[in-house]
Amino acid sequence: MRSDVEQAIDHLVRHDAGRVIAVVARRFGDLDLADDAVQDALIEATTRWPDDGVPDNPAAWLHQVARRKAIDALRRSTRVARRLRAAEPELAFGDGEVDAVGRGADDGRRGVDGSVVMTDGGFDPGDERLRLMLLCCHPALDADSQVALTLRLVAGLTTDEIAAAFFVPTPTIAQRITRAKRKIRTAGIPMHLPGERDDLDAEPGPGPLGDRLGFVHTVLYLVFNEGYLSRSGASGAHRVDLCAESIRLTELLARLDDGDPETLGLLAVMRFTHARRDARFADDALVLLDEQDRSTWHLDEIGAGNDVLHRALSQQRPGSFQLQALIASHHANARTASDTDWPSIVALYDQLAAMRPSPVVALNRAAAIAMADGPDAGLRALDAAAADHGDTLDRLHLTHATRGELLARSGRGGAAAAAFSRALELAANPAERTHLERRRRSVEA
Amino acid sequence: MEYMIFAYSDEQQRLDFAPGSPEFQEMMGAWMRFNQELIESGAFISGGGLASTDTATTLTRQADGAESITDGPYAETKEQLGGYYVVEAPDLDAALAIARKIPIPAASFEVRPIQFRPDASTGDPQGG
Repeated sequence: MRSDVEQAIDHLVRHDAGRVIAVVARRFGDLDLADDAVQDALIEATTRWPDDGVPDNPAAWLHQVARRKAIDALRRSTRVARRLRAAEPELAFGDGEVDAVGRGADDGRRGVDGSVVMTDGGFDPGDERLRLMLLCCHPALDADSQVALTLRLVAGLTTDEIAAAFFVPTPTIAQRITRAKRKIRTAGIPMHLPGERDDLDAEPGPGPLGDRLGFVHTVLYLVFNEGYLSRSGASGAHRVDLCAESIRLTELLARLDDGDPETLGLLAVMRFTHARRDARFADDALVLLDEQDRSTWHLDEIGAGNDVLHRALSQQRPGSFQLQALIASHHANARTASDTDWPSIVALYDQLAAMRPSPVVALNRAAAIAMADGPDAGLRALDAAAADHGDTLDRLHLTHATRGELLARSGRGGAAAAAFSRALELAANPAERTHLERRRRSVEA
Repeated sequence: MEYMIFAYSDEQQRLDFAPGSPEFQEMMGAWMRFNQELIESGAFISGGGLASTDTATTLTRQADGAESITDGPYAETKEQLGGYYVVEAPDLDAALAIARKIPIPAASFEVRPIQFRPDASTGDPQGG
């Protein structure tokens, strides 16, 4: 059984480390310094808390100790002169507090209402965390680095946990994070919200955060999909659940960005999809939506998805994640597969294809048309999609799996088997392969 | 910080309006407004447009010191360096905001921090 101290530190890492990094990074203008300082402070917690006990306010303790570590590091640093100038008021203020912490005096500082006061000087830690998320997902960083940085700094995962979740060696993730931090420092990628500086034009795009929010959505969706697709029945006990992590981060983002409708739409997509997790696999094989045991779907989570989607739609600022959430809600709220309102889903895919055309949207639209108007209509739509997105679609195993299903339903077993064979050449996920092999055998029979 | 902005575009697609035509006047007006704004904001350090790559000459020195001179640009690619700016900007986002305003209809703008410039008037003696 884990001790209270271990639990407190775990909670601190998951729930508070990210915002403390954000606040310290913002205050000192140095992400790397902030990350190191928070890690050092966490190590200090593991050595001191077993004897001293867990402070009343662990987050405030972490903030103060991390700030002291940052100041210590600055004093040692060769960059000391320049940074000291920038941080002068902080140092003057920080010293007194460092003494207080050093003596083990009252660690937690609380506001009049008892809430945690983490910062001084008017910084809002919520804003700092939003700035940190935007920084980690800055388009000047490559996608892999955005994901690694977000999970490491915002979600508080360790490098080992990220590596295990993505099935890559730990040094690869460590290197990605180091390289990204170096680029942030050298290229001068800032930690500020778009439009908050008057010397800059606001970013293009709708809403106060412009396009920048879209990059965060992309990273969160990527993390979710990685978790979703890798659920191949593999032993997951020691692996971090990327689906749960991305839902947690998206909920956090929705609180920080005042409920941006696309953030809520993304959250709804995740909720609806994740609610079906227990039905997606049976005997290590993928189970398609229309064959899933709907009694195992998590209805409370579907309800939460409905609420979130309603909040998004009521703002009347449509977007592609809201459309995807609407499609997912049709599936999630259908009691049986035959209750599914396929004509409405086709209409939503039409809108999605117009707003954000992509091979996968075209493929899913063809599959929906097949359900609404029969397999031959679906095959015609699939041919039209192949004409628009030729090579990309041909390289997707899902294209051939879908074609196989539609051919099978229209009674062309031989052609269906050939399509499943082609899908098997491209599919990597073991659970999907098991499913495809079964389908091929059944149409050959 | 100081950044260099490289403007790459397809020379074949570059606009070639007759001097005096309304299109030419409009294009020149856009450039003059952009340059004026950049200079007045204090961000401009240097910059300008380059003559086309058929006027380029490349001198190459090998590791052993051998040199050769060839006609043409260093890299024979469709998109070629057509101009550059060196600007002072507080951070990458500010430099990208400048690049976003450069009035070339279709182009790629590479933005890189300048690590070292011998005649920099406002350097950081402590280093970065």
